[in-house]
Amino acid sequence: MKKKNSYLRAIGAIAWKDLAAELRSRELLSAMLVFSLLVILIFNFALELDAKTRNSVTAGVLWVTFVFAGTLGLNRSMAIEKDRGCLDGLLLAPVDRSAIYFGKAISNLAFMFIVEIIILPAYSFLYNINLFQPGLLFVIFLGSIGYTAVGTLLSAMSVQTRTRDVMLPILLFPVIVPVLIAAVKASGGYLQKLPFDQILPWINLLIVYDIIFIAISFMVFDYVVEE
Amino acid sequence: MKTKPTALKSLDVLSLILLAIATYLALVFAPTEKVMGEVQRVFYFHVATAWVGLLGFVAAGVTGVIYLKTQNLKWDLIEEAAVEISLVFFFIAIVLGSIWARPIWNTWWTWDPRLTSASIVELIYLAYLMLRQGIDDPDRRARFGAVYTLVGAISVPITFLSIRMFRTIHPIVIGTQGGTQEKIGMTGDMKIAFFFALFTFTVIFIDLFWNRIRLGQLEQKVEQLKLKVME
Amino acid sequence: MIRVKKLVKRFGLKTVLRGMDFSVENGEFVALIGPNGAGKSTFLRILASLTRPSMGSVSVAGFSLPKEAADVRRKLGVVSHQPLLYVDLTAAENLKFYGRMYNLPDVDTRIIEVLEMVGLTKRRDDLVRTYSRGMQQRLAIGRAVLHDPSVMLFDEPYTGLDQDASAMLDDVLRTVAARGRTVVMTSHDLARTEDLATRFDVLSRGKIAASATHKDFGSGNLLNFYKNVLEEGKKQ
Repeated sequence: MKKKNSYLRAIGAIAWKDLAAELRSRELLSAMLVFSLLVILIFNFALELDAKTRNSVTAGVLWVTFVFAGTLGLNRSMAIEKDRGCLDGLLLAPVDRSAIYFGKAISNLAFMFIVEIIILPAYSFLYNINLFQPGLLFVIFLGSIGYTAVGTLLSAMSVQTRTRDVMLPILLFPVIVPVLIAAVKASGGYLQKLPFDQILPWINLLIVYDIIFIAISFMVFDYVVEE
Repeated sequence: MKTKPTALKSLDVLSLILLAIATYLALVFAPTEKVMGEVQRVFYFHVATAWVGLLGFVAAGVTGVIYLKTQNLKWDLIEEAAVEISLVFFFIAIVLGSIWARPIWNTWWTWDPRLTSASIVELIYLAYLMLRQGIDDPDRRARFGAVYTLVGAISVPITFLSIRMFRTIHPIVIGTQGGTQEKIGMTGDMKIAFFFALFTFTVIFIDLFWNRIRLGQLEQKVEQLKLKVME
Repeated sequence: MIRVKKLVKRFGLKTVLRGMDFSVENGEFVALIGPNGAGKSTFLRILASLTRPSMGSVSVAGFSLPKEAADVRRKLGVVSHQPLLYVDLTAAENLKFYGRMYNLPDVDTRIIEVLEMVGLTKRRDDLVRTYSRGMQQRLAIGRAVLHDPSVMLFDEPYTGLDQDASAMLDDVLRTVAARGRTVVMTSHDLARTEDLATRFDVLSRGKIAASATHKDFGSGNLLNFYKNVLEEGKKQ
């Protein structure tokens, strides 16, 4: 019981520490937000987001934006730990290593959500589309979990390589293809008002992916941080 | 250690002989397919190379797990060998697939689940090799490599599944639903060529695998000797 | 407190520590000195449970590594050349964070105590970003003693500090970090090391080449002793 308590306390401490530091400096969030808006702007001209095509490509544009902005956040969040040796500080604490993984994953997920919560109304406003549908929000919720679950694990690896600035997207993108396909399909389904039985398989896929990759990361995180 | 073992030498020769026979069977012996014509002959090697790629893919995932359990660098060497072989053979399979697709479907590339998954495996393996290049400490390189092959080995089947779902919900214009080679009515002689090619490439896989592992061991030996000289 | 027997550490094919024997009694302050690449940092990382030994046995505070790493970590404080602090948090927040990681009861009182000890009470609510290098290092010591460990490891604590800051750090190391604790330290600053430590072990080529106390070489002669040991090592 006591052990479980200290485990949860450590997870909470790491997430709290990241959020407290970020709310003060806002380095990471502002970078992610400005970058997201730029991506949407670029898509606007690249794809001619007029009223007709908008419905079919909105889901894709949103997810590409989240994924790109997400790598910025994941990279930065792990680099903070690595650069000043703080990762060693975490590893010196008498808690299981997976607590570090969950703590970092929770704060990374929180950053994703904050960015999404700002980008969604901005997009709705710019393109006169209502993105605040419960179903769509649920899909974004599930997709973000899968994305950060793998992203946190791989960013812990990429910051420890020589080529770390470019390494994360290269490692991450090929393995999150299923999340991307399922999330885009499910989001598109809600935007195009498809019947629920056509969306359900994608939501199931997202849930399965989330569970599998949280479990895998939980099992292998030791090997990523320990020598 | 220094000279190549006789068994491996004979396996090298055997692989070459088998490859020659398999080529003969595929290009001359097997009858021309009625609908697709001569280009269908690509199919024998296409499936066989893809099969070897798949063998390497599974071998890499399994040895990755064994490495994490045992922390013995021997398994890291085997894993890297498997990845390299798989990378090359999936590439050949994809190219042969394109050659086949061109006259049949009138396009070089189709987003068929198998073909797409194979290309994603290629990207994962390229990322894997880049990851290894960026790490100096051999233990860490091995650990990260093993973790990444494991993540890849689990994500690729899900990717395959999701692309498949993508297709069934949105039927495609080109190609046929639910795969392609099932459609080929194979006559007896075709089957001989087909299974012989599979057998041949399995032998080639074992041969290359063995050679590559031996190369890795020799590399380690050189490294060891270098360290000794430096001291 | 610390027992190391036949410790071997390899990185791939490269052997860094070759059958090293080392032990520290309760309350001793041992300085590890040696040339670059002798394996000092690697050895401290093994004691700190951050790196696994390849072979041999290591026990710290009665617990063996790497099996009982969590128990060892609870008894262990580390001050390294990096402060291991978050620059966007205040001093108090940093300590609070580590207090939670160690699951300490009554964190707040302990933080007040520790800040008092390292002389940073007045700046407890300033961001660590605004601290000088010396102050950061003092706070790092506060962080390391937060959970009142019985064994301390100092890994090149003077790196990047000027003379004044080093002198001040000396003071804090002596009064706060080392008092009543068992200490292992590595440093290139032989003069300071000589003042602080009670025993000196020379690590060379992955083994302890020699061990001496103040009595063995008299005061002010650590440098000579160190040079002699390395000379002899080369002859062999």
